[in-house]
Amino acid sequence: MHQIALSIPLVAVAILAATAIAAAVLGRNDRASLMVGSLGALVASGLGLVGAVLALATRAEVERAAAWALPLGSIRVGLDSLTAFFLFCIFLIAGLAALYGIGYLRGQQRRLAPAVVGFNLLVAAMVLVVLARDAVFFLLAWEVMSIASYFLVTFESERDSVRRAGTTYLIATHIGVLVLFALFGLLGRGAGSFAFADLARTGSRAGPHLCFILAVIGFGTKAGFWPLHFWLPDAHPAAPSHVSAVMSGVMIKMGIYGLLRVVSFLGPPPAWWGALLVLVGAISGIAGVVHALAQHDLKRLLAYHSVENIGIITLGIGVGLLGRAHGNPAVATLGYAGALLHVLNHGLFKGLLFQGAGSVLHGAGTRHLESLGGLSRRMPTTAATFLVGAVAICGLPPLNGFVSEWLIYLGAFRGGTDLPARAIGAVVVALVALALIGGLAAACFVKAFGVVFLGEARSEGARHAHESGLAMRAAMIAGAIACLAIGLFPAGAINLVAGAAAELGGTAVRPSSGALASISALAGLLLALVGGLALLRMALLRSRPVERGTTWGCGYPHPSPRMQYTAASFADPILAPFAAVLHIRTHAHLPEGMFPTAAHFDKHVGDMAGERVLVPAWRTFLHTALRLKVIQHGRMQLYLVYVLVTLVGLLLWQMGGALGG
Amino acid sequence: MADPGSIALHLGLLLLVPPLLPGLIAKTKAVASGRQGPPVLQPYRDIWKLLGKGAVYSQTTTWIFRAGPIVTLAAAICAGLLTPLVGPAAPLGFAGDVVLFAYLLALGRFFTMAAALDTGSSFEGMGASREAAFSALAEPTLFLVLAILCIPAGSPSFAAAFTALPWQTWIAAHPPLIAATVALFVVLLAESSRIPVDDPDTHLELTMIHEVMVLDHGGPDFAFLLYGSAIKLFLFASLLVHILVPVPAGLPGLPVFGAGVVAVAIVVGIVESITARLRLVRVPQFLIGASVVAMLGLLILVFRGTL
Repeated sequence: MHQIALSIPLVAVAILAATAIAAAVLGRNDRASLMVGSLGALVASGLGLVGAVLALATRAEVERAAAWALPLGSIRVGLDSLTAFFLFCIFLIAGLAALYGIGYLRGQQRRLAPAVVGFNLLVAAMVLVVLARDAVFFLLAWEVMSIASYFLVTFESERDSVRRAGTTYLIATHIGVLVLFALFGLLGRGAGSFAFADLARTGSRAGPHLCFILAVIGFGTKAGFWPLHFWLPDAHPAAPSHVSAVMSGVMIKMGIYGLLRVVSFLGPPPAWWGALLVLVGAISGIAGVVHALAQHDLKRLLAYHSVENIGIITLGIGVGLLGRAHGNPAVATLGYAGALLHVLNHGLFKGLLFQGAGSVLHGAGTRHLESLGGLSRRMPTTAATFLVGAVAICGLPPLNGFVSEWLIYLGAFRGGTDLPARAIGAVVVALVALALIGGLAAACFVKAFGVVFLGEARSEGARHAHESGLAMRAAMIAGAIACLAIGLFPAGAINLVAGAAAELGGTAVRPSSGALASISALAGLLLALVGGLALLRMALLRSRPVERGTTWGCGYPHPSPRMQYTAASFADPILAPFAAVLHIRTHAHLPEGMFPTAAHFDKHVGDMAGERVLVPAWRTFLHTALRLKVIQHGRMQLYLVYVLVTLVGLLLWQMGGALGG
Repeated sequence: MADPGSIALHLGLLLLVPPLLPGLIAKTKAVASGRQGPPVLQPYRDIWKLLGKGAVYSQTTTWIFRAGPIVTLAAAICAGLLTPLVGPAAPLGFAGDVVLFAYLLALGRFFTMAAALDTGSSFEGMGASREAAFSALAEPTLFLVLAILCIPAGSPSFAAAFTALPWQTWIAAHPPLIAATVALFVVLLAESSRIPVDDPDTHLELTMIHEVMVLDHGGPDFAFLLYGSAIKLFLFASLLVHILVPVPAGLPGLPVFGAGVVAVAIVVGIVESITARLRLVRVPQFLIGASVVAMLGLLILVFRGTL
């Protein structure tokens, strides 16, 4: 049975690879290429979901090695509860994105084959990343994933900003891989092999602290930990929307998977690992949402929210590690369960939101917030599903985001009670950060949803927007239903992560079924009350005058769409407390004198990590490197002297060593 | 708390008492300024009158505008089923209910703000923006207060927290609870739009926060909103009562609870009478100040044992 569960995802990978090749061969026929590729992705996703559920249900623990050897390693794949859970996420979200892609790509005015081939390769590579049980094979799959996504990011390569985003992404992802090489090199040196089973046996002797730091940096670059996220807000919006959904929804979670996998090799964690991850999570979460508030581009805003949600996931992992370090499996399991469930939940609602943003771009021709407005009347399905995603991403009941954040809260509260006083600082940071992130995320999504879908259209494009096609709407409705289902029946969703969380946390503790039943009951009651009150209002208004008028404008009878509150104005007071740390540039030409002429005001919030950390760090590095120029004169004689001095120095050192020894 | 009698008592209090509080606050303010003021039961009459009216909807609005008041009221009622009123336990309380309580109120706020943006009015957008900013800053304070209450109790639920409170000694020996009381009172003022955060009686749209968001609502919709915000005020008041005095379960607790809630309303009225509204740029400092107080309380709670 376990072998079958392992074979199914491998068959799915084969289907994905085969249809990718077929789509490439059919490249000149856009329609055929799109259909073959998307059909392959859909079939593979459906099959893979069955396999993942089978693996989760049978608690499959199995490993298999191929007869082929890789240089230094071997092709070794395996299944356990962590892998099975991530397979579930990949196949579910990729399947929805593939369905959406059929409709989304059809309207594009360029060759579709690169997008189709890249998409299928990306999904196949992610499946192999989580199946891999050998570091060399893992890195190989990781590289394929990065390169496939690079070609997807640069799909609209005629745009300059897209090419630049692609290059940044390629550089960032390879800096991350470089660190991963060092990490697995260190681990493998101790183990004498790169098989994960060997690494796990000897990991605790291979300098676990250094390995942990390397893993946080290497995998954090992929996941988008602040300030390693710098590529993310450029790359995710550049890709076609269904690809953004997969990249934000699951690809960055491969960093989370890698971190969890490698930390499991390193033996019992010390407390500071947990504290560090809580801090990283809190900073990523708050910085992510504050930057998201400042964005005017819908997809860029969503990309910053990925940084925020990775922060929430990291907070959960940090609470989990704290629990492990202090020997409290209950805290650990709750933290890990919340983090893992948030991986799935974020995939679902972020996929849904990116698809919604794609529909807006498709229907209104722009994703600039200040040119949108009033789309809910012309795009009702997109508006309703986007609203579901927005409420879910804010962690509000009765949707799925609440369940995973609730688990992390529960772990943190329990940590506050059970952990020793010196650990409580980190726990309190987690609690306060989660609360603040929740409040700011709600502000940001009220802004995004309100400015895009409500009020009056701010441009011609928005005025004549049209709803998306059937495939796109079906994918968004399915995503919204999944968000609602997890919110209404959290007990079922927790079964998906229970195995992996128990393995990581060290025990099978789970929140009492009574609490989960209460959440279900209240979610149901909330919906029933909403329905009941709606009926009550209908009954009250039935026999009374209901009129339509203009919006109250303090007596002014002719309001225009330009008089609406803008996204920038909405965000301004919320950003004010953070103004000291944000990188805000203002260009203003204000009205002057008795007869003011044309005036303009322009405010731009740059990325704090880029402007305040990375650029200064690069400048310092360059400055130091330039100092070394004094030894470079270009004269051969001088270099010969250097060689001589080095040789004599080495000789002296050797002699000293010999004498001393 | 499973017997039908106490559930009926809880529901009765939750659904019938809340409009009394704004009436009491208004009466207190009137008395403090030497006026006679409207009758204490005026909010009931207002809500009843609004329920009997028709409605005018702006042409700009969509179903979101109509959903706003409904979701806000439904979320407040659900939160009320988690909040202990008479006795330390609520009908639907469970381990982890404090988080759901906070997030249900946030859900209501989300829909009120969305409904405000649905009108396309710049005034209502302005109100929603301010509400979003201030509530985001109040959220961490609320969770710090919840941490002070729940960490010693060992479970993030109101029932556990209020059962574990050490009433015999608390004023003398519990600075954390004093901090929690102060911080929770500030959250109450901010969440229910009272002075010094917001002035419910102002008549200038530019200076409003909550009131300006609901300018376009009328008839039953506005009745739902008024009722919902009264319930929210009532819930925060009852949390304060539970921190300050032990409330026995069942009918014996009713006088204690009633007197406590009335006292909170009168204190709010007194605060409104003797303070002016803060300038909008000062409000974040006020809210962050409250979270610093709560943080200090939590630090004392955690480290008192080790010092």
